[in-house]
Amino acid sequence: MSGMWAVLKRELKGYFTTPLAYVFLVIFLFFSGYLTSKEGFYEARQADLSRFFRNMPLLFVFMVPSTAMRLWAEERKVGTIELLLTLPLTIWQAVLGKFLAAWIFMTIALALTFPMVLTVAFLGDPDAGPIFTGYLGSWLMAGGFLAIGCFFSGITKSQVISFVLSVVACAILVFVGLPSTLNYLSTLLPAGLTRAIEGLSFQLHFESMQRGILRFSDVAYFVLLIAGWITACAVMLDERKAC
Amino acid sequence: MIEVRQLRKSFGPLIAVDGISFEVEKGQVLGLLGPNGAGKTTAMRMLACFIRPDEGTASICGHDIIKDPIGVRRCLGYLAENAPAYGEMTVGSFLNFICDARQIKGPDRRRAIDRIVPLCSLESVYHQTIETLSKGYKRRVGLAQALIHDPPVLILDEPTDGLDPNQKFEVRRLITQMASDKCIIISTHILEEVEAVCSRTVIIARGKVLADSTPAALKQQYGCSLEEVFRKITRTRAASAA
Repeated sequence: MSGMWAVLKRELKGYFTTPLAYVFLVIFLFFSGYLTSKEGFYEARQADLSRFFRNMPLLFVFMVPSTAMRLWAEERKVGTIELLLTLPLTIWQAVLGKFLAAWIFMTIALALTFPMVLTVAFLGDPDAGPIFTGYLGSWLMAGGFLAIGCFFSGITKSQVISFVLSVVACAILVFVGLPSTLNYLSTLLPAGLTRAIEGLSFQLHFESMQRGILRFSDVAYFVLLIAGWITACAVMLDERKAC
Repeated sequence: MIEVRQLRKSFGPLIAVDGISFEVEKGQVLGLLGPNGAGKTTAMRMLACFIRPDEGTASICGHDIIKDPIGVRRCLGYLAENAPAYGEMTVGSFLNFICDARQIKGPDRRRAIDRIVPLCSLESVYHQTIETLSKGYKRRVGLAQALIHDPPVLILDEPTDGLDPNQKFEVRRLITQMASDKCIIISTHILEEVEAVCSRTVIIARGKVLADSTPAALKQQYGCSLEEVFRKITRTRAASAA
């Protein structure tokens, strides 16, 4: 436990001692606000954040892999992986420490979007439920993307390769659930299979949360997704630490 | 304290370490000698539980490297080749991270850091980030990291590589000072270093142990300098083995 804490602390500090965190936060906050107002946040005259949450998957597809790409690829490149994995830590402590550090960082980024909440609260009388589940959904989705990014960061020394692979993997999971894709797939595949594919996508689970519905199956989807990719990452790193 | 039994590791068709065995006792400094690509680094990485051996095993302080890697790492100080360290951290925060990971807390931590910083002459760079340090200082940070928990067993991969003569002398003196109550393995190409610090040498080439003796005994046996002994052993015996 304390081993995981040591890795987590170092990693989280690492974000803020390099310009990475600040560049990320500025760009993330700018685009989350920009896309929201572009969708007609004020013109719609509705006191809710649906326009804010609607863009989250697209934004996360690019932003989350950029925070996750350095987690292991950099350690491999610089050779510090040999230092880290010869300290008395289990592979799980190292993997979870790094993943949680990145997730805490994403939590900070999401928390800093609080002016959106203040704005709707000032202009109208919003329903707190959908805002809460929207944030919960965004947070879980960030965790899912990070777990994917963590895995792809572990398989290569190149941060660029890890970024590209995780963007593609996340994009597939988002876009496969869009109505246009599903319509197309339903012309090729049996209905059951199309529904199964829809059930695997981020979109379906995130959308219901963003409407204020908190279902066990949606939360379980994200939890399983995170656990699965993190396990894959730990197993893979344990098998090939060097090279 | 270190027992190595028939360790073997190959990378695809290349056999890096081909069934090496040796033992090291407390108070010994073992110099692992060999040409480039002989398997020194691979052997050390297996002992530090970074790479898993294909066959064979080893135990350090009674902990098996396959069954109890965490126990091994706890009583081991390991300096990897090129002394990797997190460049963006300061020396102080890096050493504190190592203490966190090794669970050295409270007054123990202060004592450990107060001991190690002067020992490795790091006082002047304590608040500097590691990426701005010279090669010699970086290597000393690596040494500090390996020594901070005062481990009974030390494995140092080329500890003096890239240091200037004065720094080399300092590191050798440090190793000699610690030798009496520790068990140390160092790898090196520098033969004068072997004579200066090692009480035993194991010469390996192409993954096999070719000689296991003391530097003095080897010189006597072959009747020439250690450098010539090294050339004779690694060239002729490796060729006949192949």
